[in-house]
This record gives sequence, C-alpha cells and structure tokens, in this order.
Amino acid sequence: MGLEDLSHNFLTAQLENVVQWARQASMWPATFGLACCAIEMMSAGAADFDLARFGMEVFRASPRQADLMIVAGRVSQKMAPVLRQVYDQMMEPKWVISMGVCASTGGIFNNYAIVQGVDQIVPVDVYAPGCPPGPETLIHAILTLHEKVRNGAITRRDEDAVLLSDGVESTLAVSPQKVRKVSIKSLVRSEQKGE
Amino acid sequence: MGVLDGLKGFRLTFKQIAEPRVTKQYPEEKREKPPRFHGRHVLNRYEDGAEKCIGCELCAAVCPVRCIYVRGKDNPPDSPVSPGERYGFVYEINYLRCIHCDLCVEACPTEAITESKMFEFSFTNREDAIYTKKELLVDDNGMPRQLPWEDWREGEEQLTSAWMRATAPQGDPEFEGVVSWSGELGFGVRPPESGQNKDVEPAEVNHFSLREVAASKILRRYGGEVH
Repeated sequence: MGLEDLSHNFLTAQLENVVQWARQASMWPATFGLACCAIEMMSAGAADFDLARFGMEVFRASPRQADLMIVAGRVSQKMAPVLRQVYDQMMEPKWVISMGVCASTGGIFNNYAIVQGVDQIVPVDVYAPGCPPGPETLIHAILTLHEKVRNGAITRRDEDAVLLSDGVESTLAVSPQKVRKVSIKSLVRSEQKGE
Repeated sequence: MGVLDGLKGFRLTFKQIAEPRVTKQYPEEKREKPPRFHGRHVLNRYEDGAEKCIGCELCAAVCPVRCIYVRGKDNPPDSPVSPGERYGFVYEINYLRCIHCDLCVEACPTEAITESKMFEFSFTNREDAIYTKKELLVDDNGMPRQLPWEDWREGEEQLTSAWMRATAPQGDPEFEGVVSWSGELGFGVRPPESGQNKDVEPAEVNHFSLREVAASKILRRYGGEVH
C-alpha cells in the first residue's frame, strides 16, 4: 500500500480507518475449491446466503485480483506447491481461511497423500470447523476475519498471529476479541493443570 | 426496432422482482436447522449436578477421526464427581478434527455427550479449537457454556441430538417403533420422532423433513405433483 512509513497523526489515523473499512467491505476471494467444502463455498456465494451482501461475490480466478484465499477442501501433497504458488501470487495484503477439518488438520484423511493442516504451507488467519462447514459457518469465519481486518493495524504481518497463539502479548494493535480468546484459553488450561 | 424492444430483455427481471426473496440474512437470522442436525457437543450432568461421563473412553474409541481425548480416573470417595466408579478426568475434543458424525453420542452408555444445534463458530488459532472439559460441560442450569467465538441463538441449546439413539438402538430392527432411550436426560428431552411411536402426534414432535419443505415450495410455485 505504501502506507508503511506513515506515523499516526490525525490525518493518517483516519486514513487507516478508511483503509481498514475498504479492505473488509470488499474482500475478493480467490477461487480455490478443492473438494466437497467447495460446494458449501459455492452455496454461500449463491442466492440463499449471498456473499454479495459482504462485497465478496466475485470469486477471482486470477490470484492477483484476490485478497482472500479460502482453502476449501483437503490439500494433497501434489497440490501443496500449487497452493503456495497461488498464495505467493496474491497481492499484499492477503488473508487465508482454512475451511473445513481436512484443510485444517487433514481430518479423516490421516494418510501420506494429504497435507495434515494447510497452515504448514501458508499462514492461516481463521479456521472454520466442520465437515463440511455450512455456509453459515463459513460466513461466521468470514465475519471473524472482517473483524480482524477492521481492528488490526493496516501494516499487520502474520508473525503477530504466531506470537499471539503462543500466549505472548504483542505490542502491535490487534483485535481485542482475539486477546480475550487467548486469555480465556490460557486460564482454562492453567486451571486444569492445577487439578 | 422500437423503443420498447429494449425493455423486452428485462422481461425476466421484472418478473423476478415480484418473487419472494430466498436469501437468509445470516448474521441477523439463522435458517431453521433440521431436527437431526449435529452441532457442537455438550457434556451433560444429572439434575443433582453430578457429571454423566464415567470416563469409559468408548467415545474416543469409536471416533473415526480420533478427535476425542478422554482420561478416566477413580472417583474420590468423599466427593464423587459422577455416580459411577470412575469419571472423565480429562475430556478434550479437537474441533478442527471433528466431523460431527455423532458416533460418540451413539456409543455413550450414559448419554453424557450429546450434540447441540450450534454450528456457527470459527477460530483464529488452533488452541481455541481444542475444547476442554471446562468448555464442554454444561453449567449449573444445564445450559451449554457460550464461548465468545460461538454464535448461539435462542433455543439452540434445547434441541440436542441425544434422541437419535432412540431411532435404532444397536441397529436392531426389533426395536423399530420402540423408544428405548431412557428419557431421564435432564437436558434436551424430546418426544420421539413421528414413526417411532404411533401414539404421538406429528405436530407435537416438531417433525419436518427438508424434502417435504422443498416439495411444498415447488408445488406452490409450479403446481403439479411431487413424488
């Protein structure tokens, strides 16, 4: 964006809001349906759920025009380099949703042919559970991502997400919802260890 | 070529304007879930607060994706957690593996684990997806704990999938039409589905099939018969 060097005075702070709003209000997904989850993804884009309500109805066949990659389905070892290449060809800023259990962890395909979690290849922002996730679950994941985009810094990099998942406080601006999530989880964990 | 010819192309458009809208405005409203829908699990308690899980690990054994991790432990004699000899000391479900097949619900001998109708949730990191016993166990009122990354709506915690067990216990056709489910489940008790018990009115059991709904829509629009 070329905004990385700007400091936060009144004008640029307002500009940041506008950029965040624009990013979350018109986020074009890349076409990356790999398996049965893609059927649900198409259903989410069709009339019954209508992703156009979020400005996302155009699934771009060209990665250079896409902001979001919805990895819908199991990723085979042969598909992995292709997926990484599509991700690399997308323009910054870019986001990834791992849709369904197969993309997230391999799911029922616990074998040598399937990548056990697409986050081994690309940095994933939001995971949608389910086999497959329904259109509503996918929309919930998309809305979670929207909130992340709206509340995050415009120059956010994915290293922040890695830091946060380890429970380490990040100095960069992040979604308050996300910080709350981490703290609840660590609380539960420490309580369980105490038992 | 008259001026009106240009409007001919819009004939279909104008016709569709009067049609009812089919779009479900998801974040504002949810579509109705089918009666047998499988969503997020809950771990149930008895009405006196004792946990139903006895730590037998049958759910973990039957799980096709190995998403459940259970460890049983002997009940402390002075303050037992569950009525049996043992209780589930650790209970974890990884929702990035779970395929919601409901086999754990079928396998559970004490109706401890059931599935709610809540399916709208997503995670921003992998740790959130591993639900521990603290998050799965119902609270003191028998209601599931609602986590900040879940989208619960009114009534979804009431309709659990436990009564699926009544359909065909152990797959034995002799039990067809007989509800062998204990019914002592304090949380999510429902009358049997129509066809299981002849004495029950279909309207009473909240029974509808998606096929019938789709057929009625087609009939309304185009007429004729749907088989």
